[in-house]
Amino acid sequence: MTSTEAIAALKQKFPQATDRASADFPAVNVPTAELVAALRWLRDEGAYDMLMDATAIDWAEGAKPRFEVVYQLFSTVSHEYLRVAAACTGDDAEPHAPSVVGLWAGANWHEREAFDMFGIKFDGHPDLRRILMWDGYPYHPLRKEFPLAGLEAPLPGADIEEETNTRVISAPMAGGPFVATSGEMNLTESEPRAKDESWNERSEKPQ
Amino acid sequence: MVTANTTLGYDSKIEGEVVVTKLDSAINWIRTNSMWPMPMGLACCAIELMGVAASRFDISRFGAEVMRFSPRQSDCMIVSGTVTYKMAPQVRRIYDQMCAPKWVIAMGACASTGGMYRSYATLQGVDRIVPVDVYISGCPPRPEAILDALMKLQAKVKRERSAKNLLSA
Repeated sequence: MTSTEAIAALKQKFPQATDRASADFPAVNVPTAELVAALRWLRDEGAYDMLMDATAIDWAEGAKPRFEVVYQLFSTVSHEYLRVAAACTGDDAEPHAPSVVGLWAGANWHEREAFDMFGIKFDGHPDLRRILMWDGYPYHPLRKEFPLAGLEAPLPGADIEEETNTRVISAPMAGGPFVATSGEMNLTESEPRAKDESWNERSEKPQ
Repeated sequence: MVTANTTLGYDSKIEGEVVVTKLDSAINWIRTNSMWPMPMGLACCAIELMGVAASRFDISRFGAEVMRFSPRQSDCMIVSGTVTYKMAPQVRRIYDQMCAPKWVIAMGACASTGGMYRSYATLQGVDRIVPVDVYISGCPPRPEAILDALMKLQAKVKRERSAKNLLSA
């Protein structure tokens, strides 16, 4: 069935599901408690059998809900895409979402990445460890409160940190972020430049 | 690679089978012309490093074609690519396992300064964890630049007080 039909059928089966604003293919919000059941129904009954991506959104502090998990599905029968989203439960420090590793084994690393970057605990995940940053890294870098340049932290190896006297530091932004200008123009003018050019590594930032 | 070696003069008509030189020059001559690299390939620069080892550029002309993947058999670590904080301790451990004398070339913008990765995950220059002898600019550097860096490193090694360092060690 097409993705629009699938969503209509899903809403009949799960009355609490609502339409979700989307710029591309159809999307639906489902309650967190019904997320796994809805995805299982889409996989088995709707033939949306391929999990293209599983990721998360941080809507910034104060938003309700702050964290959402998002699943991009593809049907190998009707060749259409579909998006399913659900709000995370729990507080901002430790949001929770159900794991879908039981439905798609491929969700394993996607959920580990979402855990690493956003700190979302996927309940029922068989091996919820960090995947990009190292074990013991104290932050979740894609959260809105985490600055672009990063925060100071200990180096992964304590012995190496002692030997080299080097820590994880905030990267020097020097007026950044660096923004490229688009449009038809000279390549020299279009290349990325710092938004605030009044300071750099050599001259101090004006107070 | 045949270079004019002014410190190692030899004329068979005068000296017969005797070569007169300084110990420093002899040791440095041995070291410079068989500098086995440890390819610390971490990102796209490693592809260019493979190019420099292949026939078109042929790093073996400089005696550095024996890429050793064991740090215990290599003299010169070529850090080619982005060093993340997660990888940094391993880079340092591999450097520690290399036998002295050892040298380091930071190849490309990322290894030298962090390059375009001004981010929470990237070490801002490999010189924060290992002592670097030669930096190569470029993203990635041309193979000629790597050969030039190797020649610069050889020139640097030729100036070392090797005998004194060996005897005082």
